[in-house]
Amino acid sequence: MSAPVLVVVEHDRGDLMPATLEAMTIARDLALAYDAPVEALAVGDVAAGTTDRLGEFGGGVVHLVTDELLTDYGPEIWADCVTQVVRSLAPSIVIATGTDRGNEVMAGVAARLDAPFAANCIEVRPTEGGVDLTRVRWGGSLLEQARLDAEIPLVTIAHHSIEPVPAPTPTAVVTSALPVEIDQALTRSMVTGRVERTAGITLATAPVVVGGGRGVGSADGFGPLEALASTLGGVVGCSRAVTNNGWRNHADQVGQTGTRIAPDVYFACGISGAIQHWVGAMASKHIIAINTDGDANMVHRAGYAVIGDLHVVVPAITEEILRRRG
Amino acid sequence: MRVLVCVKRVPAPGARINITADGQAVDTAHLAFTTSPHEECAVESAAQLVEEHGGEATVLTLGPAASEEQLRYAASVGIQRCVLASVSEEWDPQRTATGIVSVIGELEATDGPFDLILFGNESADAGGFQVGIRVAHALDRPIVNGAKGLTVEEGHARIERATDAGLETYALTLPAVIGIKEGINLPRYPTMRGRLASKKADVVTVEVDAAAGGLRKVMLERPPERESSTVILGHGPEAAAAVVDLLDEIGAL
Repeated sequence: MSAPVLVVVEHDRGDLMPATLEAMTIARDLALAYDAPVEALAVGDVAAGTTDRLGEFGGGVVHLVTDELLTDYGPEIWADCVTQVVRSLAPSIVIATGTDRGNEVMAGVAARLDAPFAANCIEVRPTEGGVDLTRVRWGGSLLEQARLDAEIPLVTIAHHSIEPVPAPTPTAVVTSALPVEIDQALTRSMVTGRVERTAGITLATAPVVVGGGRGVGSADGFGPLEALASTLGGVVGCSRAVTNNGWRNHADQVGQTGTRIAPDVYFACGISGAIQHWVGAMASKHIIAINTDGDANMVHRAGYAVIGDLHVVVPAITEEILRRRG
Repeated sequence: MRVLVCVKRVPAPGARINITADGQAVDTAHLAFTTSPHEECAVESAAQLVEEHGGEATVLTLGPAASEEQLRYAASVGIQRCVLASVSEEWDPQRTATGIVSVIGELEATDGPFDLILFGNESADAGGFQVGIRVAHALDRPIVNGAKGLTVEEGHARIERATDAGLETYALTLPAVIGIKEGINLPRYPTMRGRLASKKADVVTVEVDAAAGGLRKVMLERPPERESSTVILGHGPEAAAAVVDLLDEIGAL
Protein backbone atom coordinates (compact mmCIF):
# COMPACT_ATOMS: atom_id res chain seq x y z
CA MET A 1 0.00 0.00 0.00
CA SER A 2 1.13 3.51 -0.79
CA ALA A 3 0.80 6.63 1.31
CA PRO A 4 -2.82 7.81 1.62
CA VAL A 5 -4.86 9.91 -0.75
CA LEU A 6 -5.64 12.87 1.51
CA VAL A 7 -8.88 14.84 1.16
CA VAL A 8 -9.13 18.28 2.78
CA VAL A 9 -12.61 18.55 4.30
CA GLU A 10 -14.49 21.77 3.61
CA HIS A 11 -16.83 22.72 6.40
CA ASP A 12 -18.32 25.87 7.79
CA ARG A 13 -18.10 26.04 11.58
CA GLY A 14 -18.48 22.28 11.68
CA ASP A 15 -21.08 21.79 8.96
CA LEU A 16 -19.81 19.60 6.14
CA MET A 17 -19.95 21.26 2.71
CA PRO A 18 -21.35 18.95 0.00
CA ALA A 19 -18.42 19.65 -2.36
CA THR A 20 -16.28 17.61 0.04
CA LEU A 21 -18.21 14.50 -0.98
CA GLU A 22 -17.38 15.16 -4.64
CA ALA A 23 -13.71 15.25 -3.67
CA MET A 24 -14.14 12.02 -1.66
CA THR A 25 -15.71 10.34 -4.68
CA ILE A 26 -12.75 11.17 -6.92
CA ALA A 27 -10.38 10.25 -4.10
CA ARG A 28 -11.65 6.65 -4.12
CA ASP A 29 -10.78 6.27 -7.80
CA LEU A 30 -7.34 7.71 -7.14
CA ALA A 31 -6.88 5.42 -4.16
CA LEU A 32 -7.31 2.46 -6.52
CA ALA A 33 -4.75 3.90 -8.92
CA TYR A 34 -2.24 4.53 -6.12
CA ASP A 35 -3.15 1.36 -4.21
CA ALA A 36 -3.62 3.59 -1.21
CA PRO A 37 -6.29 4.27 1.43
CA VAL A 38 -8.46 7.39 1.42
CA GLU A 39 -7.96 9.61 4.44
CA ALA A 40 -9.60 12.92 5.26
CA LEU A 41 -8.38 15.96 7.13
CA ALA A 42 -10.57 18.47 8.93
CA VAL A 43 -9.18 21.70 10.37
CA GLY A 44 -11.26 22.89 13.33
CA ASP A 45 -14.13 21.11 15.11
CA VAL A 46 -16.65 19.31 12.91
CA ALA A 47 -20.27 18.53 13.74
CA ALA A 48 -21.26 15.17 15.20
CA GLY A 49 -21.82 12.63 12.45
CA THR A 50 -19.32 14.23 10.06
CA THR A 51 -16.73 11.51 10.45
CA ASP A 52 -19.35 8.80 9.85
CA ARG A 53 -20.48 10.63 6.74
CA LEU A 54 -16.88 10.69 5.50
CA GLY A 55 -16.71 6.96 6.24
CA GLU A 56 -19.74 6.39 4.01
CA PHE A 57 -17.71 7.95 1.23
CA GLY A 58 -14.69 5.77 1.87
CA GLY A 59 -12.62 7.78 4.36
CA GLY A 60 -10.93 5.19 6.58
CA VAL A 61 -9.03 7.61 8.75
CA VAL A 62 -10.21 11.12 9.52
CA HIS A 63 -7.46 13.36 10.83
CA LEU A 64 -8.70 16.08 13.11
CA VAL A 65 -6.77 19.24 13.83
CA THR A 66 -8.44 21.09 16.67
CA ASP A 67 -7.38 24.06 18.73
CA GLU A 68 -9.13 26.79 20.65
CA LEU A 69 -7.90 29.28 18.05
CA LEU A 70 -9.58 27.38 15.20
CA THR A 71 -13.01 28.76 15.93
CA ASP A 72 -13.82 29.74 12.38
CA TYR A 73 -12.52 29.69 8.84
CA GLY A 74 -9.33 31.53 7.97
CA PRO A 75 -7.53 30.97 4.68
CA GLU A 76 -4.05 31.36 6.08
CA ILE A 77 -4.44 29.46 9.33
CA TRP A 78 -6.20 26.58 7.53
CA ALA A 79 -3.52 26.47 4.85
CA ASP A 80 -0.82 26.43 7.51
CA CYS A 81 -2.46 23.51 9.37
CA VAL A 82 -2.95 21.53 6.15
CA THR A 83 0.67 22.19 5.18
CA GLN A 84 1.95 20.78 8.47
CA VAL A 85 -0.20 17.68 8.11
CA VAL A 86 0.94 17.18 4.52
CA ARG A 87 4.55 17.46 5.64
CA SER A 88 4.08 14.88 8.38
CA LEU A 89 1.87 12.40 6.48
CA ALA A 90 3.59 12.74 3.09
CA PRO A 91 0.44 11.58 1.27
CA SER A 92 0.41 10.29 -2.31
CA ILE A 93 -1.75 13.26 -3.35
CA VAL A 94 -3.84 15.98 -1.69
CA ILE A 95 -7.34 16.75 -2.95
CA ALA A 96 -9.59 19.64 -1.98
CA THR A 97 -12.85 21.15 -3.14
CA GLY A 98 -12.86 23.45 -6.17
CA THR A 99 -14.74 26.14 -4.26
CA ASP A 100 -13.78 29.61 -2.99
CA ARG A 101 -12.45 28.09 0.21
CA GLY A 102 -10.97 24.91 -1.25
CA ASN A 103 -9.02 26.71 -3.93
CA GLU A 104 -7.92 29.40 -1.51
CA VAL A 105 -6.64 26.95 1.10
CA MET A 106 -4.89 24.76 -1.46
CA ALA A 107 -3.17 27.76 -3.06
CA GLY A 108 -1.95 28.68 0.42
CA VAL A 109 -0.63 25.14 0.94
CA ALA A 110 1.10 25.27 -2.44
CA ALA A 111 2.68 28.61 -1.56
CA ARG A 112 4.01 27.21 1.72
CA LEU A 113 5.36 24.04 0.12
CA ASP A 114 6.60 26.00 -2.91
CA ALA A 115 4.89 23.31 -4.95
CA PRO A 116 2.69 23.39 -8.04
CA PHE A 117 -1.09 23.33 -7.67
CA ALA A 118 -3.81 22.66 -10.24
CA ALA A 119 -7.24 24.12 -9.52
CA ASN A 120 -10.57 22.80 -10.76
CA CYS A 121 -9.56 19.43 -12.18
CA ILE A 122 -12.10 17.05 -13.64
CA GLU A 123 -9.70 14.15 -14.13
CA VAL A 124 -6.45 13.23 -12.42
CA ARG A 125 -4.25 10.38 -13.65
CA PRO A 126 -1.27 9.37 -11.49
CA THR A 127 1.99 8.82 -13.37
CA GLU A 128 5.67 8.59 -12.52
CA GLY A 129 6.74 11.75 -10.70
CA GLY A 130 3.37 13.48 -10.66
CA VAL A 131 -0.01 13.46 -12.35
CA ASP A 132 -1.48 14.12 -15.75
CA LEU A 133 -4.70 16.01 -15.36
CA THR A 134 -7.61 17.62 -17.12
CA ARG A 135 -8.77 20.90 -15.67
CA VAL A 136 -11.33 23.48 -16.64
CA ARG A 137 -10.43 26.89 -18.02
CA TRP A 138 -12.72 29.78 -18.84
CA GLY A 139 -15.02 28.46 -16.15
CA GLY A 140 -15.56 25.19 -18.02
CA SER A 141 -15.80 26.27 -21.64
CA LEU A 142 -12.29 24.99 -22.38
CA LEU A 143 -10.45 21.99 -21.06
CA GLU A 144 -6.74 22.03 -20.39
CA GLN A 145 -4.64 18.90 -20.47
CA ALA A 146 -1.77 19.58 -18.11
CA ARG A 147 1.16 17.90 -16.47
CA LEU A 148 1.88 18.48 -12.80
CA ASP A 149 5.35 17.41 -11.63
CA ALA A 150 5.48 17.04 -7.87
CA GLU A 151 6.25 14.49 -5.21
CA ILE A 152 2.91 15.33 -3.58
CA PRO A 153 0.49 16.68 -6.21
CA LEU A 154 -1.98 19.30 -4.95
CA VAL A 155 -5.29 19.48 -6.83
CA THR A 156 -8.86 20.68 -6.36
CA ILE A 157 -11.89 19.13 -8.04
CA ALA A 158 -14.15 21.36 -10.14
CA HIS A 159 -17.40 21.84 -8.21
CA HIS A 160 -20.44 20.12 -9.75
CA SER A 161 -18.22 18.25 -12.23
CA ILE A 162 -19.08 14.88 -10.70
CA GLU A 163 -21.94 13.41 -8.71
CA PRO A 164 -20.97 12.50 -5.15
CA VAL A 165 -21.40 8.74 -4.79
CA PRO A 166 -21.06 6.87 -1.48
CA ALA A 167 -18.65 3.94 -1.32
CA PRO A 168 -20.21 0.51 -2.10
CA THR A 169 -19.52 -0.41 1.50
CA PRO A 170 -19.01 2.22 4.18
CA THR A 171 -15.66 2.26 5.92
CA ALA A 172 -15.34 2.01 9.67
CA VAL A 173 -13.82 5.33 10.54
CA VAL A 174 -10.85 5.80 12.79
CA THR A 175 -10.22 9.34 13.94
CA SER A 176 -6.72 10.57 14.57
CA ALA A 177 -5.87 13.73 16.43
CA LEU A 178 -2.84 15.29 14.83
CA PRO A 179 -0.54 17.58 16.73
CA VAL A 180 -0.10 20.80 14.79
CA GLU A 181 1.63 23.95 15.89
CA ILE A 182 -0.88 26.71 15.53
CA ASP A 183 0.66 29.97 14.38
CA GLN A 184 -1.35 32.52 16.31
CA ALA A 185 -0.24 35.31 13.95
CA LEU A 186 -2.30 33.72 11.19
CA THR A 187 -5.57 34.40 12.98
CA ARG A 188 -5.09 37.79 11.26
CA SER A 189 -7.16 36.64 8.29
CA MET A 190 -9.92 34.68 10.02
CA VAL A 191 -13.61 35.44 9.58
CA THR A 192 -14.51 38.23 12.01
CA GLY A 193 -18.25 38.41 11.48
CA ARG A 194 -21.21 37.45 9.36
CA VAL A 195 -24.33 38.92 7.86
CA GLU A 196 -26.77 36.08 7.33
CA ARG A 197 -29.47 36.45 4.75
CA THR A 198 -32.95 35.89 6.09
CA ALA A 199 -34.52 34.49 2.93
CA GLY A 200 -34.07 30.74 2.68
CA ILE A 201 -33.56 30.20 -1.02
CA THR A 202 -30.44 31.40 -2.78
CA LEU A 203 -29.43 31.42 -6.40
CA ALA A 204 -26.91 28.66 -5.77
CA THR A 205 -29.43 26.34 -4.12
CA ALA A 206 -32.80 27.25 -5.69
CA PRO A 207 -34.69 24.38 -7.36
CA VAL A 208 -35.93 26.76 -10.06
CA VAL A 209 -34.12 29.76 -11.51
CA VAL A 210 -35.76 32.19 -13.91
CA GLY A 211 -32.94 33.99 -15.67
CA GLY A 212 -33.24 37.14 -17.74
CA GLY A 213 -30.83 38.64 -20.23
CA ARG A 214 -30.50 41.67 -22.43
CA GLY A 215 -33.83 40.75 -24.04
CA VAL A 216 -35.69 41.67 -20.84
CA GLY A 217 -34.97 45.27 -21.78
CA SER A 218 -35.15 47.06 -18.43
CA ALA A 219 -35.14 46.64 -14.66
CA ASP A 220 -38.95 46.77 -14.66
CA GLY A 221 -39.06 44.05 -17.30
CA PHE A 222 -38.06 41.55 -14.60
CA GLY A 223 -41.49 41.78 -12.93
CA PRO A 224 -43.02 38.85 -14.86
CA LEU A 225 -39.85 36.80 -14.26
CA GLU A 226 -40.17 37.47 -10.51
CA ALA A 227 -43.80 36.32 -10.70
CA LEU A 228 -42.92 33.06 -12.47
CA ALA A 229 -40.06 32.40 -10.04
CA SER A 230 -42.20 32.91 -6.96
CA THR A 231 -44.98 30.75 -8.41
CA LEU A 232 -42.47 27.88 -8.69
CA GLY A 233 -40.66 28.58 -5.41
CA GLY A 234 -37.59 29.75 -7.26
CA VAL A 235 -35.49 32.88 -7.67
CA VAL A 236 -34.53 35.24 -10.46
CA GLY A 237 -31.08 35.25 -12.02
CA CYS A 238 -29.57 37.32 -14.80
CA SER A 239 -26.75 37.56 -17.32
CA ARG A 240 -23.76 39.89 -17.20
CA ALA A 241 -25.35 42.23 -19.73
CA VAL A 242 -28.13 42.88 -17.22
CA THR A 243 -25.72 43.62 -14.38
CA ASN A 244 -23.63 45.89 -16.61
CA ASN A 245 -26.77 47.83 -17.51
CA GLY A 246 -27.52 48.27 -13.83
CA TRP A 247 -30.90 46.51 -14.13
CA ARG A 248 -30.10 44.05 -11.38
CA ASN A 249 -27.56 43.55 -8.64
CA HIS A 250 -24.47 41.43 -9.33
CA ALA A 251 -25.65 39.01 -6.64
CA ASP A 252 -28.21 37.77 -9.19
CA GLN A 253 -25.64 37.19 -11.94
CA VAL A 254 -25.32 33.65 -13.24
CA GLY A 255 -22.04 32.83 -14.94
CA GLN A 256 -18.29 32.49 -14.81
CA THR A 257 -17.83 35.57 -12.66
CA GLY A 258 -21.22 35.30 -10.97
CA THR A 259 -22.94 32.35 -9.35
CA ARG A 260 -22.83 28.78 -10.65
CA ILE A 261 -26.31 27.38 -10.48
CA ALA A 262 -27.56 23.79 -10.56
CA PRO A 263 -31.37 23.95 -10.30
CA ASP A 264 -33.85 21.35 -11.53
CA VAL A 265 -35.17 23.89 -14.02
CA TYR A 266 -33.51 26.95 -15.50
CA PHE A 267 -35.57 29.32 -17.63
CA ALA A 268 -33.21 31.37 -19.82
CA CYS A 269 -35.33 34.32 -20.96
CA GLY A 270 -33.92 36.65 -23.58
CA ILE A 271 -30.41 35.35 -22.95
CA SER A 272 -28.21 34.93 -26.01
CA GLY A 273 -25.99 32.39 -24.30
CA ALA A 274 -22.48 33.83 -24.26
CA ILE A 275 -20.03 31.24 -23.05
CA GLN A 276 -19.43 33.03 -19.75
CA HIS A 277 -23.11 32.76 -18.94
CA TRP A 278 -23.42 29.19 -20.16
CA VAL A 279 -20.71 27.86 -17.87
CA GLY A 280 -22.62 29.18 -14.87
CA ALA A 281 -25.86 27.58 -16.01
CA MET A 282 -24.77 24.31 -17.61
CA ALA A 283 -25.12 22.25 -14.43
CA SER A 284 -28.90 22.86 -14.51
CA LYS A 285 -30.87 19.62 -14.96
CA HIS A 286 -33.39 21.05 -17.44
CA ILE A 287 -32.93 24.26 -19.38
CA ILE A 288 -35.82 25.99 -21.12
CA ALA A 289 -34.75 28.85 -23.38
CA ILE A 290 -37.28 31.52 -24.25
CA ASN A 291 -36.04 33.67 -27.09
CA THR A 292 -37.30 35.46 -30.17
CA ASP A 293 -34.19 34.25 -32.01
CA GLY A 294 -34.36 30.54 -32.77
CA ASP A 295 -30.67 30.67 -33.67
CA ALA A 296 -29.46 32.04 -30.33
CA ASN A 297 -26.71 29.96 -28.71
CA MET A 298 -28.89 29.49 -25.67
CA VAL A 299 -31.63 27.95 -27.81
CA HIS A 300 -29.16 25.49 -29.35
CA ARG A 301 -27.69 24.52 -26.00
CA ALA A 302 -30.92 24.25 -24.05
CA GLY A 303 -32.81 21.00 -23.80
CA TYR A 304 -36.06 22.84 -24.52
CA ALA A 305 -36.99 26.11 -26.14
CA VAL A 306 -39.93 28.36 -26.77
CA ILE A 307 -39.49 30.68 -29.71
CA GLY A 308 -41.22 33.91 -28.87
CA ASP A 309 -41.19 37.15 -26.95
CA LEU A 310 -40.46 36.53 -23.29
CA HIS A 311 -42.69 39.48 -22.36
CA VAL A 312 -45.74 37.50 -23.42
CA VAL A 313 -44.49 33.93 -23.04
CA VAL A 314 -43.41 34.24 -19.39
CA PRO A 315 -46.75 35.65 -18.12
CA ALA A 316 -48.58 32.98 -20.16
CA ILE A 317 -46.61 30.23 -18.38
CA THR A 318 -47.34 31.71 -14.94
CA GLU A 319 -51.01 32.00 -15.84
CA GLU A 320 -51.16 28.39 -17.06
CA ILE A 321 -49.54 27.12 -13.84
CA LEU A 322 -52.03 29.06 -11.72
CA ARG A 323 -54.94 27.87 -13.89
CA ARG A 324 -53.97 24.20 -13.43
CA ARG A 325 -53.52 24.63 -9.71
CA GLY A 326 -57.04 26.04 -9.67
CA MET B 1 -2.13 55.47 0.63
CA ARG B 2 -0.23 53.43 -1.94
CA VAL B 3 -2.17 50.82 -3.85
CA LEU B 4 -0.91 48.30 -6.39
CA VAL B 5 -3.33 46.48 -8.64
CA CYS B 6 -2.18 43.49 -10.70
CA VAL B 7 -4.03 42.72 -13.93
CA LYS B 8 -3.88 40.24 -16.80
CA ARG B 9 -4.62 40.75 -20.46
CA VAL B 10 -7.07 38.08 -21.63
CA PRO B 11 -9.03 37.46 -24.84
CA ALA B 12 -12.58 38.83 -24.77
CA PRO B 13 -14.34 35.82 -26.19
CA GLY B 14 -17.72 35.86 -27.86
CA ALA B 15 -20.11 32.97 -27.71
CA ARG B 16 -17.57 30.43 -28.87
CA ILE B 17 -13.92 29.99 -27.99
CA ASN B 18 -11.75 28.53 -30.74
CA ILE B 19 -8.37 26.94 -30.21
CA THR B 20 -5.28 27.27 -32.39
CA ALA B 21 -4.39 24.28 -34.58
CA ASP B 22 -1.56 23.22 -32.26
CA GLY B 23 -3.87 23.23 -29.23
CA GLN B 24 -1.65 25.64 -27.32
CA ALA B 25 -3.80 28.74 -27.05
CA VAL B 26 -7.10 30.41 -27.69
CA ASP B 27 -7.29 31.50 -31.32
CA THR B 28 -7.37 35.26 -30.93
CA ALA B 29 -7.31 36.13 -34.64
CA HIS B 30 -10.84 37.52 -34.43
CA LEU B 31 -10.98 38.42 -30.78
CA ALA B 32 -10.41 41.65 -28.91
CA PHE B 33 -8.52 41.69 -25.64
CA THR B 34 -9.63 42.96 -22.31
CA THR B 35 -8.68 43.10 -18.65
CA SER B 36 -9.84 39.98 -16.82
CA PRO B 37 -13.25 40.90 -15.27
CA HIS B 38 -12.38 40.51 -11.58
CA GLU B 39 -9.31 42.64 -12.20
CA GLU B 40 -11.29 45.32 -13.97
CA CYS B 41 -13.17 45.66 -10.70
CA ALA B 42 -9.89 45.63 -8.77
CA VAL B 43 -8.72 48.58 -10.89
CA GLU B 44 -11.94 50.42 -10.01
CA SER B 45 -11.41 49.63 -6.31
CA ALA B 46 -7.85 50.98 -6.50
CA ALA B 47 -9.03 54.18 -8.21
CA GLN B 48 -11.76 54.67 -5.59
CA LEU B 49 -9.36 54.08 -2.70
CA VAL B 50 -6.91 56.77 -3.79
CA GLU B 51 -9.76 59.16 -4.57
CA GLU B 52 -11.04 58.66 -1.05
CA HIS B 53 -7.78 58.46 0.89
CA GLY B 54 -5.33 60.28 -1.35
CA GLY B 55 -2.07 58.73 -2.47
CA GLU B 56 -1.25 56.88 -5.61
CA ALA B 57 -2.37 53.77 -7.46
CA THR B 58 -0.06 51.70 -9.66
CA VAL B 59 -1.14 49.04 -12.13
CA LEU B 60 1.19 46.13 -12.88
CA THR B 61 0.89 43.40 -15.45
CA LEU B 62 3.12 40.47 -16.25
CA GLY B 63 2.40 39.58 -19.84
CA PRO B 64 3.12 40.24 -23.48
CA ALA B 65 4.18 43.71 -24.64
CA ALA B 66 0.66 44.21 -26.01
CA SER B 67 -0.61 44.30 -22.41
CA GLU B 68 0.30 47.98 -22.57
CA GLU B 69 -3.26 48.38 -23.90
CA GLN B 70 -4.72 47.16 -20.58
CA LEU B 71 -2.32 49.37 -18.60
CA ARG B 72 -3.36 52.45 -20.57
CA TYR B 73 -6.98 51.55 -20.05
CA ALA B 74 -6.35 51.46 -16.29
CA ALA B 75 -4.65 54.85 -16.62
CA SER B 76 -7.76 56.19 -18.35
CA VAL B 77 -9.96 55.24 -15.37
CA GLY B 78 -7.92 56.73 -12.55
CA ILE B 79 -4.65 54.80 -12.08
CA GLN B 80 -1.55 57.00 -11.90
CA ARG B 81 1.34 54.68 -12.71
CA CYS B 82 1.75 51.79 -15.16
CA VAL B 83 4.33 49.02 -14.96
CA LEU B 84 4.76 46.31 -17.59
CA ALA B 85 6.79 43.21 -16.77
CA SER B 86 7.15 42.01 -20.31
CA VAL B 87 7.35 38.28 -21.00
CA SER B 88 7.18 36.56 -24.36
CA GLU B 89 5.12 33.48 -23.44
CA GLU B 90 2.42 32.65 -20.91
CA TRP B 91 4.00 31.78 -17.59
CA ASP B 92 2.71 29.12 -15.22
CA PRO B 93 1.21 30.36 -11.92
CA GLN B 94 4.25 29.65 -9.72
CA ARG B 95 6.57 31.40 -12.12
CA THR B 96 4.14 34.32 -12.51
CA ALA B 97 3.95 34.76 -8.75
CA THR B 98 7.74 34.68 -8.38
CA GLY B 99 8.08 37.24 -11.16
CA ILE B 100 5.50 39.56 -9.62
CA VAL B 101 7.14 39.30 -6.19
CA SER B 102 10.46 40.39 -7.66
CA VAL B 103 8.89 43.36 -9.46
CA ILE B 104 7.03 44.39 -6.29
CA GLY B 105 10.35 44.19 -4.46
CA GLU B 106 11.92 46.61 -6.92
CA LEU B 107 8.97 49.01 -6.84
CA GLU B 108 8.86 49.04 -3.05
CA ALA B 109 12.62 49.48 -2.76
CA THR B 110 12.42 52.72 -4.76
CA ASP B 111 9.12 54.19 -3.60
CA GLY B 112 8.22 52.53 -0.33
CA PRO B 113 5.81 49.76 0.53
CA PHE B 114 2.30 49.41 -0.88
CA ASP B 115 -0.44 49.56 1.74
CA LEU B 116 -2.64 47.36 -0.38
CA ILE B 117 -1.97 44.99 -3.25
CA LEU B 118 -5.08 44.00 -5.19
CA PHE B 119 -5.50 41.01 -7.48
CA GLY B 120 -8.51 39.58 -9.26
CA ASN B 121 -9.97 36.50 -7.60
CA GLU B 122 -8.78 34.42 -10.56
CA SER B 123 -7.89 35.12 -14.17
CA ALA B 124 -10.68 34.60 -16.68
CA ASP B 125 -8.58 32.51 -19.04
CA ALA B 126 -6.25 30.27 -17.00
CA GLY B 127 -8.26 30.29 -13.76
CA GLY B 128 -5.30 29.17 -11.65
CA PHE B 129 -6.72 30.62 -8.38
CA GLN B 130 -3.29 31.06 -6.82
CA VAL B 131 -1.03 33.90 -8.00
CA GLY B 132 -2.24 36.49 -5.46
CA ILE B 133 -2.07 33.97 -2.63
CA ARG B 134 1.48 32.94 -3.52
CA VAL B 135 2.56 36.59 -3.72
CA ALA B 136 1.00 37.38 -0.33
CA HIS B 137 2.74 34.41 1.27
CA ALA B 138 6.10 35.38 -0.21
CA LEU B 139 5.68 38.91 1.16
CA ASP B 140 4.29 37.59 4.48
CA ARG B 141 1.22 39.80 4.21
CA PRO B 142 -2.30 38.70 5.07
CA ILE B 143 -4.58 37.80 2.18
CA VAL B 144 -8.25 37.15 1.68
CA ASN B 145 -9.63 36.23 -1.71
CA GLY B 146 -13.13 36.75 -3.10
CA ALA B 147 -13.72 40.27 -1.76
CA LYS B 148 -17.17 41.63 -2.68
CA GLY B 149 -16.84 44.61 -0.37
CA LEU B 150 -13.81 46.64 0.71
CA THR B 151 -13.41 49.66 2.96
CA VAL B 152 -10.18 50.99 4.44
CA GLU B 153 -9.95 52.89 7.69
CA GLU B 154 -7.28 53.46 10.31
CA GLY B 155 -4.79 51.01 8.93
CA HIS B 156 -7.31 48.20 8.43
CA ALA B 157 -9.08 46.80 5.41
CA ARG B 158 -12.57 45.54 6.08
CA ILE B 159 -13.58 42.90 3.56
CA GLU B 160 -16.92 41.34 2.78
CA ARG B 161 -17.15 38.03 1.03
CA ALA B 162 -20.28 36.34 -0.29
CA THR B 163 -21.26 32.86 0.88
CA ASP B 164 -24.33 30.72 0.23
CA ALA B 165 -25.80 31.99 3.47
CA GLY B 166 -24.96 35.68 3.19
CA LEU B 167 -21.74 37.54 3.87
CA GLU B 168 -18.58 36.90 5.83
CA THR B 169 -16.45 39.77 7.03
CA TYR B 170 -12.70 39.90 7.48
CA ALA B 171 -10.47 42.63 8.91
CA LEU B 172 -6.89 42.75 7.70
CA THR B 173 -4.17 44.97 9.09
CA LEU B 174 -2.32 46.84 6.36
CA PRO B 175 -0.16 46.19 4.48
CA ALA B 176 -2.33 43.44 3.01
CA VAL B 177 -3.19 41.64 -0.20
CA ILE B 178 -6.78 41.20 -1.40
CA GLY B 179 -8.34 39.16 -4.21
CA ILE B 180 -11.24 41.15 -5.67
CA LYS B 181 -14.36 39.56 -7.13
CA GLU B 182 -16.58 41.00 -9.81
CA GLY B 183 -19.64 42.66 -8.33
CA ILE B 184 -17.73 44.64 -5.71
CA ASN B 185 -18.36 47.71 -7.88
CA LEU B 186 -19.43 48.73 -11.34
CA PRO B 187 -16.24 49.81 -13.14
CA ARG B 188 -16.49 53.30 -14.60
CA TYR B 189 -16.10 54.05 -18.28
CA PRO B 190 -13.16 56.24 -19.20
CA THR B 191 -13.96 59.89 -19.78
CA MET B 192 -12.69 61.58 -22.94
CA ARG B 193 -10.20 63.43 -20.76
CA GLY B 194 -9.09 60.17 -19.16
CA ARG B 195 -8.64 58.60 -22.55
CA LEU B 196 -6.49 61.44 -23.81
CA ALA B 197 -4.38 61.48 -20.66
CA SER B 198 -3.84 57.72 -20.83
CA LYS B 199 -2.29 58.07 -24.28
CA LYS B 200 0.46 60.17 -22.73
CA ALA B 201 0.82 58.07 -19.58
CA ASP B 202 4.29 56.78 -18.91
CA VAL B 203 4.41 52.98 -19.11
CA VAL B 204 7.50 51.71 -17.34
CA THR B 205 8.76 48.41 -18.72
CA VAL B 206 10.78 46.19 -16.38
CA GLU B 207 12.79 43.05 -16.99
CA VAL B 208 11.69 39.96 -15.14
CA ASP B 209 12.80 36.37 -14.99
CA ALA B 210 11.89 33.41 -12.81
CA ALA B 211 12.24 29.65 -12.89
CA ALA B 212 9.38 27.63 -14.37
CA GLY B 213 7.04 25.96 -11.88
CA GLY B 214 5.77 22.40 -11.89
CA LEU B 215 2.47 22.83 -13.72
CA ARG B 216 2.75 22.65 -17.48
CA LYS B 217 0.00 23.09 -20.03
CA VAL B 218 0.05 20.25 -22.55
CA MET B 219 -2.84 21.36 -24.69
CA LEU B 220 -6.24 23.00 -24.73
CA GLU B 221 -9.33 21.35 -26.09
CA ARG B 222 -12.98 22.07 -26.37
CA PRO B 223 -15.24 20.00 -24.18
CA PRO B 224 -17.41 17.57 -26.13
CA GLU B 225 -20.39 19.49 -27.52
CA ARG B 226 -23.71 18.46 -26.20
CA GLU B 227 -25.59 17.39 -29.28
CA SER B 228 -27.96 20.12 -30.22
CA SER B 229 -31.21 18.28 -29.88
CA THR B 230 -33.29 21.10 -28.48
CA VAL B 231 -36.95 20.24 -28.22
CA ILE B 232 -38.95 23.22 -29.45
CA LEU B 233 -41.97 23.37 -27.14
CA GLY B 234 -43.75 25.86 -29.33
CA HIS B 235 -43.96 29.43 -30.54
CA GLY B 236 -45.26 32.39 -28.57
CA PRO B 237 -47.67 32.27 -25.60
CA GLU B 238 -49.45 29.21 -27.02
CA ALA B 239 -46.39 27.20 -25.93
CA ALA B 240 -47.29 27.78 -22.25
CA ALA B 241 -49.30 24.54 -22.02
CA ALA B 242 -46.38 22.48 -23.33
CA VAL B 243 -44.00 24.20 -20.89
CA VAL B 244 -46.26 23.45 -17.96
CA ASP B 245 -46.71 19.84 -19.13
CA LEU B 246 -42.92 19.56 -19.04
CA LEU B 247 -42.70 21.13 -15.56
CA ASP B 248 -45.31 18.63 -14.39
CA GLU B 249 -43.44 15.71 -15.91
CA ILE B 250 -40.17 16.61 -14.16
CA GLY B 251 -41.94 17.32 -10.90
CA ALA B 252 -41.25 21.04 -10.76
CA LEU B 253 -44.84 22.15 -10.24
